[in-house]
This record gives sequence, C-alpha cells and structure tokens, in this order.
Amino acid sequence: MASPSMRWIDDGCNVDGGNPGLTREKLFVLVVADDALVRKVHEKLVSKLKVAKQVQTQTAANRKEALDLHLSGSSFDIILMDMQMPIMDGPEATKELRAMGVESMIVGVTSVDATADKEAIVEAGLDECLAKPLTAEKIKYLVETLERNK
Amino acid sequence: MERNNQLHRQVALMRQSLFDQGYLDEQFVQLEELQDDTNPNFVEEVVTLYYRDSARLVASIEQALDNRPLDFNRLDSYMHQFKGSSSSIGGRKVKAECSQFREYCRTGNGEGCIRTFQQVKREYATLRKKLEAYFQLARQAGPRDTASRST
Repeated sequence: MASPSMRWIDDGCNVDGGNPGLTREKLFVLVVADDALVRKVHEKLVSKLKVAKQVQTQTAANRKEALDLHLSGSSFDIILMDMQMPIMDGPEATKELRAMGVESMIVGVTSVDATADKEAIVEAGLDECLAKPLTAEKIKYLVETLERNK
Repeated sequence: MERNNQLHRQVALMRQSLFDQGYLDEQFVQLEELQDDTNPNFVEEVVTLYYRDSARLVASIEQALDNRPLDFNRLDSYMHQFKGSSSSIGGRKVKAECSQFREYCRTGNGEGCIRTFQQVKREYATLRKKLEAYFQLARQAGPRDTASRST
C-alpha cells in the first residue's frame, strides 16, 4: 500500500544560508521498490536531506501503486525507480508513466554493472540512472539538476 | 551510572569489532546516520527486514539447487537480490560470498555454486548472530546522551 510521510526540515527559516538547495520550497519524492528494505532506506535517506524547506516522500511497492498514485492526481518532483525488481518491471513502469504524461524526473536505481547501459536508460524514459547504494550526495545532485532545469 | 557507562563501552567495542573483523562496512554507518529521535530503532528495523528477505531468498536458492539441471540464470537472479540486500546493510563478508556464487553461476559451475552457497549461509548465520547480540546489548544499554561513532 502506498504510504505518505512528510518531514518539515525547518519552520521556513533558511537553516543553511549558503546552501542553494534550500531556495527550494518543496520537494516531493516517490520511492518505487518492491523490497520493503529498499523502500525504507531510500525514503529515510530522502526525508533527512536538507534540500528543501519541506520534503515529502511517498512509497509504492509495485508498478500498479505507482501508476495509481498518478491517476489519483499525485505528482512528484523526483521518482526513484528501483530497477532491480523481479516482480515489478522498472523500465516498463517508467514507460507507462511517461505515456501517461508524467514529466517528473525519473531516476533508475540499480546495481553498478547495470548503469552502463545508457541506451536502455534513455529508451525507458529515465532521466538518470544511479548505482546503489544511494547516498545523500547522489540525491543532492538530483535536486541540483532539478533546480538547473527549472 | 557506572554500570550504564560500562554497558555503553561494551556496545561501542562490540560495534567496532564488527568492522575490524570485516563483517560490516561503511554502508552500516550510513544506516546509523539515518537513525534519529523520530526513528530511534531505524537500523534494527532495517536489519530485521534484511533477515526476512534473507530467509526467503535462502529458501528459494536451496530449492533451485535441488533442481536438475541447474538453472544458473534463476540462481544468479536470486543471489543478485541477496547480494543487494546484504550490501544495503553493510554485510561485507556475506556480500563477498554472494559475488563468488554469482561468478560460479556465470561460468556454469554447479559444484562451485553448491559449495559456495554453504559459505554464504555460514557467513549470513554468523553475521546475524553477531548483529542480534549487538542490538540486544545496545537495547540493554539504552540511549546515550552523546553518541560517538568511528569505524
């Protein structure tokens, strides 16, 4: 079942005056992974980052949940799509989201040896592909990219 | 108070030995850094999910190893997941054995797979035992006012 969680980073004050990430008011991130461990870790990683004044995360355990969230009107700035799911097909889910008109940044999260397949990444409709384990630096890089492309 | 300090020292020593003996790597530290007051048992919760994943995958691999002929693609897929889970919690030795298993899958070496799987299970059992002991002691010691971490 998709589950939301929201964490206020601060009360509107700029916690880190020199951090360009905090010019962002809100960041909405969807973590899609069929493994509960991956969902838990990635959601926590994102929610702890001080990259926006308000960071909201939601999780989806499969393709259907991810699509249903969008059909019900939810939208996200970043979708972290686990590509190593035996049951749920990450690339297929991405194609379906793009076909629905979803313009969020969709980031494939996969193993190191799979990141080299750039053609497959582009064909699937992904904006980026990152190797596990996800780190704070990698997520910050995504947010910076998002800001640059605004 | 003194007893509590002693417990915290024991917890710290136990933790350090897990890194020194190569059972855990930096990824475990990353998990610890995600733990906070809003989720004070985060690491243990994640590790519990890992035990659950592992039980399922070990059972699947065992079943697959009973089949003839061996389906190396299926075996590799299961072990890929197990390696990923182990990596997520910083299980260094387990991860290394998983890699060895996958190498045998790649070369179609059934005997190597069977032999290495025993190693995987041994390392996993050892890691689980050590982590269970660590978390039990940590719970006994309770929260501390200041945390000091080093690997």
